[in-house]
Amino acid sequence: MALSEQTRIDAREIIARYPQKRSALLPMLHLVQSEEGYVTPEGIELCAEELGLTKAEVAAVATFYTMYKRHPTGDYLVSVCTNTLCGLLGGDEIFATLKEHLGVGHDETTDDGKVTLEHAECLAACDYAPVVTVNYEFFDQQTPESAHQLVLDLRAGKDPLPTRGAPLCTFKQIERQLAGFFDPEDERTKDAVASPSTGIPTLAGVRLAADRGETAPSYDPESPIPTQEKKDS
Amino acid sequence: MPLTPVLTKRWLSPNSWTLQTYEQLEGYQALRKAFRSAPDDIIALVKESTLRGRGGAGFATGMKWQFIPQNDGKPHYLVVNADEGEPGTCRDAPLMMADPHSLVEGIVITCYAVRANTAFIYLRGELVHALRRVKNAVAEAYAAGYLGKNILGSGFDLDVVVHSGAGAYICGEETALLDSLEGYRGQPRLKPPFPATHGLYNSPTVVNNVGSIASVPSMILAGAEWWKQMGPGGSPGTSIYSLSGRIKRPGQYEAPMGTTLRELIEMAGGMRDGHELKFWTPGGSSTPMFNAEQIDLPLDFDSVAKAGSILGTGAVMIFDDSDCVVRAVKKWSEFYAHESCGKCTPCREGTYWYVQIYDRLERGEASAEDIDTLLDLSENILGRSFCALGDGATSPVTSSIKYFKDEYVAHYENGGCPFAQGRTLVGAH
Repeated sequence: MALSEQTRIDAREIIARYPQKRSALLPMLHLVQSEEGYVTPEGIELCAEELGLTKAEVAAVATFYTMYKRHPTGDYLVSVCTNTLCGLLGGDEIFATLKEHLGVGHDETTDDGKVTLEHAECLAACDYAPVVTVNYEFFDQQTPESAHQLVLDLRAGKDPLPTRGAPLCTFKQIERQLAGFFDPEDERTKDAVASPSTGIPTLAGVRLAADRGETAPSYDPESPIPTQEKKDS
Repeated sequence: MPLTPVLTKRWLSPNSWTLQTYEQLEGYQALRKAFRSAPDDIIALVKESTLRGRGGAGFATGMKWQFIPQNDGKPHYLVVNADEGEPGTCRDAPLMMADPHSLVEGIVITCYAVRANTAFIYLRGELVHALRRVKNAVAEAYAAGYLGKNILGSGFDLDVVVHSGAGAYICGEETALLDSLEGYRGQPRLKPPFPATHGLYNSPTVVNNVGSIASVPSMILAGAEWWKQMGPGGSPGTSIYSLSGRIKRPGQYEAPMGTTLRELIEMAGGMRDGHELKFWTPGGSSTPMFNAEQIDLPLDFDSVAKAGSILGTGAVMIFDDSDCVVRAVKKWSEFYAHESCGKCTPCREGTYWYVQIYDRLERGEASAEDIDTLLDLSENILGRSFCALGDGATSPVTSSIKYFKDEYVAHYENGGCPFAQGRTLVGAH
């Protein structure tokens, strides 16, 4: 699929966010993925043209980062954390189960083009271990059985809801968000922003503090900020 | 130790992530107060509080700000390091989702203090829901006049750009982050010069962690002495301890610096039934692990350093007697091998060989010589790598051999992992 003139317009909008244009490269590569589903040669060429770089310079960056994919990605990128904490708490079994069920390995896509499976490094949700993400939305505290059901639902088009995060969109659509496109007035965006973000682990400490009646020391918000002259005298 | 919610205090409020809720709970009062003081007085207050950076290294935040040369005619930048990826670390993501305005307000105050008119939030790519919440908070702040031109009539201008990364642990290292933000591969830079003088676009730049910046509004309202009431002298304040692993109630627990693991486990409802604490990290996988003997060690920067580890990010990963330490370290080594940026030989090659040896150990094909090789490799990585990622990779290896050498021996004497029965193995990266 050829990139559209709109992609070029969007790319220039990204470039305009930065004091120096090369800073736009990472979000532009996300933009390319939002159109193509992975970083295509055409996408690399577009970035190179717009930023005044060689294609080799762009490709060198694109191949450095895990989130830039080198072949077509399914509608749903299923990432299983197999770093130590999640892995030992069940992530390894979850990954093995999904590999067997889907008949694909790491960074491979099912024949129907629905699901790309990968094992991921720590996803910053260790208190919800073991975690799986779909297009980077969290499905917390998974088991091999629940993760199996999750991919069955994804392939059946049942739109399973994440534990934390917005209702699922496609991989391409989430890549557009990663490129920094965000309209706070859009109703779907508002719903996505308002989607759940906290579960029991996030609030465990504050709930316990409330139960125990424990707080930080009290303070006077009007207490003056000392001036340096006073301190010196 | 009592719990002391400061960064987490709004998290239970309905719609805590909205401007409306934030403003009802003292939101942006600190900014108004800060604008009534001179920028240097703000820097002095943060210095006086002795706040130490919450990103892992624990460098004094106020000092970092003071290093920014003033009246130099160059643009200054603030870059917030929100590239949370240290294994075990999961406190910046919930903060950005639950209370993003505390980060935005902290950014405005910090930029006012260091005279920066542009700030970047470098957000880990995978954290898409945090991205939405932070983007929304920035949009709300612009609409309410807390960002943009002439903020609250102060004459101070500030623009904030939210920038998603693309999956690279190394970008949590501040100079690799700056290279990445400039559109390059995220590889660390030689230091000195430091970012304070030659940072983003070769200009003076403050790089601070999310937790450090989000602490600033409370500190401005309550004062340096208040901050110092919590925790020990050398590293005061509160810390969000992220507890994960074999405990009954994992989660985020904000308590004074210097809280012990025993107290934290008690808060989390204890270890799971029928099992005992075996090993744990005080602050992520790059911090040398401890065994059960250090359960009463105060978890603050200085005490943990004295005990031979690093407080790091306060990411306390807790493992019990059902967990194989060799397997845990194997997986961390696979992580470092995957995430090594390839710039320097000790880290790139050393982490590769770690994985080979741990594979051998797990297959039961290792020998006593392999333990010596692991230690020898570690000596050649630690202090000889270009950045702290390489040093960090050695932490789990050397600390696990220190405390659990018997378990390594069992792996080659028993012909494989003694814990392996009934477990599904997953291939290396």
